[in-house]
Amino acid sequence: MSVSVIRRVLIANRGEIAVRVIRTCERLGIETVLCASEADLDSLAARLATRVICIGPPRSTESYLKVDAVMAAAVTAKVDALHPGYGFLSENQALAKACDKAGIIFIGPTAKQLDAVGDKLKARHHALTAGLPVVPGGEMSTPQEAEALTKKTGWPLLVKAVGGGGGRGIKLVHKMDDLAPTVEIAMAEAQAAFGDPRIYLERFVGAGRHVEVQVLGDGKDAIHLGTRDCSIQRRYQKLVEEAPAPNLSDKLREEMQKAAVDFTKYLEYRGLGTVELLVDCERDTFYFLEMNARIQVEHPVTEAICGLDLVEEQIRAAEGRPLAYRQEDIVLTGHAFECRINAEDWTRDFQPSPGTVTSVFFPAGKGIRVDTYLQNGAKVLPFYDSLAAKLIVFGKDRDEALEKMQGALARCDIQGLTTNLPMHIELMAQPEFAKGGVHTGYFQWFLEHASSIKEN
Amino acid sequence: MKFTDEDVVELLQILDTSQYEELHIETDKMKLSLRRSGDGEWAQSIQSLQTPNIDNLPANETAPKTAPREEVDTGGMTAVRTPLLGTFYRASSPGSDPFVKVGDMVREDTVIGIVETMKLMNSVYAGAAGKITKICCEDAEFVEQDSILMLLEDGA
Repeated sequence: MSVSVIRRVLIANRGEIAVRVIRTCERLGIETVLCASEADLDSLAARLATRVICIGPPRSTESYLKVDAVMAAAVTAKVDALHPGYGFLSENQALAKACDKAGIIFIGPTAKQLDAVGDKLKARHHALTAGLPVVPGGEMSTPQEAEALTKKTGWPLLVKAVGGGGGRGIKLVHKMDDLAPTVEIAMAEAQAAFGDPRIYLERFVGAGRHVEVQVLGDGKDAIHLGTRDCSIQRRYQKLVEEAPAPNLSDKLREEMQKAAVDFTKYLEYRGLGTVELLVDCERDTFYFLEMNARIQVEHPVTEAICGLDLVEEQIRAAEGRPLAYRQEDIVLTGHAFECRINAEDWTRDFQPSPGTVTSVFFPAGKGIRVDTYLQNGAKVLPFYDSLAAKLIVFGKDRDEALEKMQGALARCDIQGLTTNLPMHIELMAQPEFAKGGVHTGYFQWFLEHASSIKEN
Repeated sequence: MKFTDEDVVELLQILDTSQYEELHIETDKMKLSLRRSGDGEWAQSIQSLQTPNIDNLPANETAPKTAPREEVDTGGMTAVRTPLLGTFYRASSPGSDPFVKVGDMVREDTVIGIVETMKLMNSVYAGAAGKITKICCEDAEFVEQDSILMLLEDGA
């Protein structure tokens, strides 16, 4: 394996993750070039980067999602590598291939690996071949095939987009009568959103926990960096994550971690990835859901318990270096939580709340980390998603981390925006949450019983 | 001078043993404020003042259509306003027929368009029964809070 040293990186993303990547690059002495839309030219990431290249108007489809525009910036700036962040083009094969063609290192897996896991059906197929259990279901293209599949899945079931991911393109169906119309709508929406109308069906696991395993590979070997539990979700968008996943039997945890590493090795995967698994609490078993071939929003909770810098590990793998650690070198200690602070009004059905920050204070101290692009004067724009900040808290065990998170949330003071901070404060005080191990239906229950909303 | 999280933690260790409740540092590159709250714990506010080093500034043709619009003269018609700011779409997807056109009869709950903000699609309802007389916003135009999207003549 030949090693290429990366000295200058193009960051093809925005918001908090752009700032996050810049911070590691700065620490490693790597020059940073940010490609930004017109709306982000005075953002925090733009101020911290060595250089900024404007790649288009505010709309993502005209800037961050344009492979040509991003590549033009990369070539102009003569970068060695490109970091795609998460979302946007982070798992886009066209970008990975364009980088290869231009002699620029794509900080992520190879285009072939993106293909293997980006298509959710292919990923399922690979997982099965690698010996992992998958959620009963399968692909279908006709109403007759759909009906036949329902014998495997049972009811209710989920209709999912093959080209989807990140929680998008998922619909719940309760009975046979609703199946055909839902499939039709799902295909149309999938075509519009992902350019791929294919869909597949999956058993809906009622009492399920979303547990994922962070993996790291160098193309030959692979290790895991523990589990994360991301079961607190609203409409398949994560709100709170923690590491490690609590209240799992040692046997189940080891099986899941081994399955994730096996899958990563089977793919000869290079770089950082996450194997998403669904834990069926009733059946005490797990299924492969999908693999994310990129850095994830919630990566800081893993960094907190393993002590590694995952962006640095991405860069190391991208340079072609072998893994610096064997599995036995990885020591996981303590517990960490992350609360995603979104610019949304949770008392008004989570209506997005763009605006300008007039003042912002975040908690500070040992075991507290805030990843954000917010600062005085920063604008939260209507063109992009509502994630404004991530509050990450580490403690020597889950109870300490939870208590610290409650204190940390109380010291957040963001003026000029409406955020979901009050929601997090109420959620972190819930006895059920304190017990640990809630399943994916819990958050909906919490919303229905939350006092702050009921008062309205 | 770039402040890392580790620098802040070190500063706090010094401040913790002091009697100070607040610290402000300002340079031409950044502002840092640390303040102690009632429970003895600290909060921080950091602002980077560095000017972005921008290679090329956008040409005028690519400037977004966000110029403030004058309030449309309703001429006695009922205004259908946007429920929130964002991008207004006249159809459910690119290339589809628009939800409504001039001359169409609508009911209160007829969907007349979509406003997309922060990646969420919000249906816009007519809010009144009548006939659409004027479309005041173009497809894919960015609209501010309360902008008038369409006018309709009241009447069932």
